Amino acid sequence: MSHLKNLKLKVWRQKGPADSGHFENYTIDEISDEASFLEMLDVLNEQLISDNKEAVVFDHDCREGICGTCSLMINGVAHGPQKATTTCQLHMRTFKSGDTIVVEPWRATAFPIIKDLMVDRGAFDRIIESGGFITAVTGGAPDANLIPIPKPVADAAMDSAACIGCGACVAACPNGAANLFTAAKISHLNYLPQGQAERHKRTEAMVETMDEHFGSCTNHGECSAACPKEISVDVIALMNKDYRASKFKNRKELSR
Amino acid sequence: MNTFNAKIPAGALHEKWDNYKADAKLVNPNNKRKFKIIVVGTGLAGASAAATLAELGYQVDAFTFHDSPRRAHSIAAQGGINAAKNYQGDGDSISRLFQDTIKGGDFRSREANVHRLAQVSVDIIDQMVAQGVPFAREYGGLLDNRSFGGAQVSRTFYARGQTGQQLLIGAYQQMARQVGLGGVRLFNRTELIDTVTIDGRCAGIVVRDLLTGEIQSHAAHAVVLATGGYGNVFFLSTNAMNCNVTAAWRAHRRGALFANPCYTQIHPTCIPQADETQSKLTLMSESLRNDGRVWVPKRADDNRPADQIPEGERDYYLERLYPSYGNLAPRDISSRAAKRLVDKGQGIGPLKNGVNLDFSAAIERLGRDVVEERYGNLFQMYERIAGEDPYKTPMRIYPATHYTMGGLWVDYELMTNIPGLYATGEANFSDHGANRLGASALMQGLADGYFVLPYTISNQLASLLGKTIPGTDHPAFKQAETEASARYNGYLNVKGKRSPDWFHRELGKIIWNECGMERTREGLQSALSDLPALYEEFKTDLRVTGTGDSTNQTLEKAGRVDDFFQLGMAMCQDALTREESCGAHFRSEYQTEEGEALRNDDKFCHVAAWEWTNDPMKPTRHAEELVFETAHLATRSYK
Ligand SMILES: Cc1cc2nc3c(=O)[nH]c(=O)nc-3n(C[C@H](O)[C@H](O)[C@H](O)COP(=O)(O)OP(=O)(O)OC[C@H]3O[C@@H](n4cnc5c(N)ncnc54)[C@H](O)[C@@H]3O)c2cc1C
Ligand code: SF4
Ligand code: FES
Repeated sequence: MSHLKNLKLKVWRQKGPADSGHFENYTIDEISDEASFLEMLDVLNEQLISDNKEAVVFDHDCREGICGTCSLMINGVAHGPQKATTTCQLHMRTFKSGDTIVVEPWRATAFPIIKDLMVDRGAFDRIIESGGFITAVTGGAPDANLIPIPKPVADAAMDSAACIGCGACVAACPNGAANLFTAAKISHLNYLPQGQAERHKRTEAMVETMDEHFGSCTNHGECSAACPKEISVDVIALMNKDYRASKFKNRKELSR
Repeated sequence: MNTFNAKIPAGALHEKWDNYKADAKLVNPNNKRKFKIIVVGTGLAGASAAATLAELGYQVDAFTFHDSPRRAHSIAAQGGINAAKNYQGDGDSISRLFQDTIKGGDFRSREANVHRLAQVSVDIIDQMVAQGVPFAREYGGLLDNRSFGGAQVSRTFYARGQTGQQLLIGAYQQMARQVGLGGVRLFNRTELIDTVTIDGRCAGIVVRDLLTGEIQSHAAHAVVLATGGYGNVFFLSTNAMNCNVTAAWRAHRRGALFANPCYTQIHPTCIPQADETQSKLTLMSESLRNDGRVWVPKRADDNRPADQIPEGERDYYLERLYPSYGNLAPRDISSRAAKRLVDKGQGIGPLKNGVNLDFSAAIERLGRDVVEERYGNLFQMYERIAGEDPYKTPMRIYPATHYTMGGLWVDYELMTNIPGLYATGEANFSDHGANRLGASALMQGLADGYFVLPYTISNQLASLLGKTIPGTDHPAFKQAETEASARYNGYLNVKGKRSPDWFHRELGKIIWNECGMERTREGLQSALSDLPALYEEFKTDLRVTGTGDSTNQTLEKAGRVDDFFQLGMAMCQDALTREESCGAHFRSEYQTEEGEALRNDDKFCHVAAWEWTNDPMKPTRHAEELVFETAHLATRSYK
């Protein structure tokens, strides 16, 4: 275990949604390289409290890279410099003594800032509520082994289902689009045999709810590069294909 | 000492649940929409209940302090979920799952509840698959299973190392559908800070909006607390940072009994603490013990790297001590074995605070690809945290607090002793006795929410049909709101010198040292004199900066730490008065010659249910006797 010395932090402080916000400069004199990035912020907050100042507000919970609660643009990069790693799993050994680190919230129109580094990602929940499920009322399910699912299909569904709903894809996108998230959710269900009955209805509803809240995708691919779960951009192609099909199918069903 | 009516239905064990359902009062579909049910918590236990109750037609209000229901701590469960499907044809059955759970809990759980859990376990898998949970499959397309500690069959279903995530997303999506349809109203970033009882019935809750600090009441016909466990009382645990006891504790202070608070589980395979800034510990799933071998050097202070220690100089202690279960010995037993060796100086790693979990034999036998397929994401997680590659060097692991078997006392209907107030999932005490088996918490949460509560809740509600319930303008609600706002203003006004986190860390050290893996009379007594002293300091030297009218995580933390102090005192008193060792509760004074837990069935074959008395140092102990009609009280042996 060694220690990093003299870290300079530039942290975004904003009192509330209406405040315009600004950067504050702080110094961390010494921190163990085994500490995680959020533990470094804990140390900063303890320092602020002991100086009788208000602690920096930031979202976090599991600190294991699975709940999707943590966020943060670190030196302009969503979840910081380490590939496939959430902010909470980033460790200080990635940085050096004397480094300046800029810490900002997700910046996207659909994710308004609540306070300091905390944003409102409720728009993701709205997308799910509009169709991101399989209707299976409790109690009526058949035996789980009744429908065998080929392993590659189950694996592909699982690859998409690994999305943690963190919003890094939106924050990284120059347009603030949520296509990677929405496509991950849609493809998880659309790959599976259980998901077929509502495939078209689901796709149409989710894509249109997404469009109400978020910007549009112009294929930059920044989303996938920032995604801590390495969701592939291929899911976006599948979503687009299913959306076109759903427009056609749903219209046909309506005209019946 | 009172005894309680747990309302266990008549009949043979395997007929009780059917008998109950046949006799329970129902509410007809048109009347269901006249009832408002509050569900606090949207983890597996809460989301499944909210979705199902709304599908049935009840009006549901769901509360969570998280920004989204999908963040609940259930998301972090890695290894899997048990069910007595017997898909592997290896001799599993409902009765075997029942027996394993009763024995795993060291004969300190209620037979009828455990049997029902085993019965409904099979329905959970069907339900989750129908919802699109991508469980692992064999090449033929059927579901795959693995085995977990304390079992000799393979009954654990899993989705890579992300089982909790996939199950929670399933339950969350089902609940989101109801939010979209208007059956569930969702209150996110809202924390329960009190419950209200009027004329002996639970009338509703008081909550605090975490964005504005506004305090508000909500009235309902029934309130369900699905608010998770209290492992964070130890400060360092595998729980998510925000897990806390406040909901259960506030209900306790309003009259709900708190059962077996000292039954806390230490998980054997976590990454050891690395430095003093550490904020939490990370679990490495127990499923790793399927293929990993646990060992330490035979010689204390052997500082050679693992690959330079020859086979003959290694102690594969679990295989040596427990040959029939080997590396899959249950959690409490594996944890204590690790602690004893580390205490003797045989620990490994820079701080000598770990044991090896070695995959080299598995990699040789199965190939790296198979190991990667099974545990790839766990290996990746380990490497990120520990900075070492587990394909090359063994993982370093050590026990850490993980799960709490204790919780709100509930009867067979999952109702607390306060009519109308229910507790489900990890928040209640009901099914795991003194030790929970791996992969059984997810099973219990979903069993409670999907297949038990929706049946049992109507029994009470039926009697309320046509009656008006007290509204939030009732003086009892106003009184609770006033008290709550005084409490939060109080934290802001102490203006002392120490942060809530500082107190939490110090509290955690006391509890870990004296009420952790091994407990003694002297240790517990000293904790019971240190805790009130530290709590006094908390009340006079706390510092919360910022204000109460916008997001203030320091203030939220202060409220939670306050409740952890009071809970900590209850845990130590429970551990002190339980003069036996059972499951995860190990009192050094009560052990066999071989160092195993020594129960005292004559005096302690009961649930300890504590009643609040306004003085956290003087709660009243009640007992619910446990009667075993089917299982035979036996010494638990995994040799
Ligand atoms: C790292 C880890 C791995 C695990 N792995 C496994 C495993 O492989 N298999 C297994 O069976 N079990 C496992 N467990 C245990 C299991 O995950 C939990 O016991 C279970 O998920 C608890 O579910 P729950 O629904 O009861 O509570 P939680 O999921 O903890 O949900 C609690 C909910 O209550 C809300 N809440 C709490 N207090 C309040 C309040 N005051 N006001 C408003 N809302 C509140 C929270 O917001 C949250 O929504 C694991 C646990 C950990 C820590
Ligand atoms: S797709 Fe990736 S970046 Fe986007 S929300 Fe999901 S996990 Fe986060
Ligand atoms: S805090 Fe849960 S993913 Fe980072």
